Amino acid sequence: MTTTAGTRPTRAAHAASKRRFRAEALWGYAFIAPTGLGLAIFYLWPVVQTTYFSFTEWGAFGGHTWTGLDNYTRLIGDPEVGRALVNTLTYTVLGLVGIPLAIVFAALLNRPGLRGVSAYRTAFFLPVVTMPVAVAMLWRWLYNGDYGLVNQVLSVVGIDGPNWIADPATAMYALVVVGIWSSIGYNLIIFLAGMQAIPKELYEAASMDGAGSVRQFFRITLPMLSPTAFFISIVSVIGSLQLFDLVFVMTGSGQSARANPAYARLQTVVQLFYERAFVTNDRGYAAAIVIALLVLIAALTVLQFRLQRRWVHYV
Amino acid sequence: MSERRPIGVHAVLIASSLAMVAPFAWQIVTSLKTLSSATRVPPSLLPEGRWDNYAKVFDLLPFADQFLNTVVMAAGRVAGQVLFCSMAAYAFARLRFPGRNLLFGVFLSVLMVPPQLFVIPQYQIMSSLGWLNSLQAIIVPGLFSAFGVFLLRQFFLGLPREIEEAARLDGAGPVRIYWSIMMPLARPGLVALGILTLLWAWNDLFWPLVVNTDPEKMTLSAGLAALQGQYQTDYPILMAGSLIASLPVIAVFVFLQRQFIQGIAHTGTKG
Repeated sequence: MTTTAGTRPTRAAHAASKRRFRAEALWGYAFIAPTGLGLAIFYLWPVVQTTYFSFTEWGAFGGHTWTGLDNYTRLIGDPEVGRALVNTLTYTVLGLVGIPLAIVFAALLNRPGLRGVSAYRTAFFLPVVTMPVAVAMLWRWLYNGDYGLVNQVLSVVGIDGPNWIADPATAMYALVVVGIWSSIGYNLIIFLAGMQAIPKELYEAASMDGAGSVRQFFRITLPMLSPTAFFISIVSVIGSLQLFDLVFVMTGSGQSARANPAYARLQTVVQLFYERAFVTNDRGYAAAIVIALLVLIAALTVLQFRLQRRWVHYV
Repeated sequence: MSERRPIGVHAVLIASSLAMVAPFAWQIVTSLKTLSSATRVPPSLLPEGRWDNYAKVFDLLPFADQFLNTVVMAAGRVAGQVLFCSMAAYAFARLRFPGRNLLFGVFLSVLMVPPQLFVIPQYQIMSSLGWLNSLQAIIVPGLFSAFGVFLLRQFFLGLPREIEEAARLDGAGPVRIYWSIMMPLARPGLVALGILTLLWAWNDLFWPLVVNTDPEKMTLSAGLAALQGQYQTDYPILMAGSLIASLPVIAVFVFLQRQFIQGIAHTGTKG
């Protein structure tokens, strides 16, 4: 960088460039310092601490003692953890239905010359910007067994609907519907952006070859969109595995939650973590629960990256 | 053929848009009824002008305090992230210093960890500083964001270098270049980060729920969750409360729709 053939820098020029380089480096560290320190104190060091806590037991007054793998052996034999894990995975897998739905709606909105696109987009996006607590309260009311709008509409066609959120047979499905309803707008916007990036020439060439719009959708749109779908799938699985707000508000908390007959079908891993960490103050065990969640998230993400070769097409 | 098909497309889109919007319409209708008329079978589809339900929300909760707490928290996090993330992003995109790639990798590693792993130690920090039930508790950890650094770095990398080089030849240092050249050019990126941070801060539940348990120090989402705990079945009140709590961000969305949607789309298109 400093010396090239033909221009031999003087000692002074060399020193000056070295000084400039050092100044630039110092400014670099200064610029990253606030975020760097903040991340170190509030995010990176806590990961180390949580890992350490997962090997400890907490007393009633905050002290903790090393107990080795005790929390993890307890975790494996704990039926409540097993249930929460099954619930969370069920929610995650069922929630994937939202991805093809979002693709279909994005494809409908992406038709050239379609009117009212921004009005439709606004409608789909409204639940995305609404506070999850408010969404959960609203749906708890809609799902109310006696007076909820859902059952009132069903009764018009002669169906006597269940008490959706409190009935163990329906609670999980009812929850998944809310999850999809509130995230479809986000997925749709990303798919729409992905579709608009597909070169128009591909469609023009296909129409000249006589391919109709359905065939174009399957042969061009879907393959070209698969990297976007892969991204959405990674993000949704990670998000679903961390589900908290919706269930916390729908089931209520503490005693009233336990009174919900479907509670055992709804409680998620993060909800269990919340209860152990901040209600029963069993923080060592709570730490082990989130470490297990971290491992689960990492495993499912790696699995998806492995499987992507089978269905994701990169241009 | 293409003359007729848009009608079918519109029919599907209108029906599904109704499914998205109808719950909100019902929320508004219910919020304006008395409890006894809200629980009438079959229901009346019209609101009744019971505006006092909204007043009752303010009686049952320190709603004005919670509203203010939420505004201050969201504003603080947005300002902090836009400033701190853009500084770090500029350094990672443009300045040369030893260990740059390694440090950027360390920053990114934060993005891979589920946020629940940070909560217990963060709680202990707040507790030992005596910050439980304070505004600092809900603002300070949210001032720093690895996501924001990543998003803005992508933005800075996409900006042309020529103006910067010209400024450098004129003797401008890194601070001047960052503040008077990069920041104005990066405005769409900063707006995107600001909007996303506002949305996440306003709607955040877990952390505020954990650190601020005193009703007067709660944020709206934690306050609403508490309201529901006490008034389980008073649906008109619950609908009124949830409506006013979520309305501010919905209003921002309606006014800044284009920027909002671009911001969201940015999260999906990684460089």
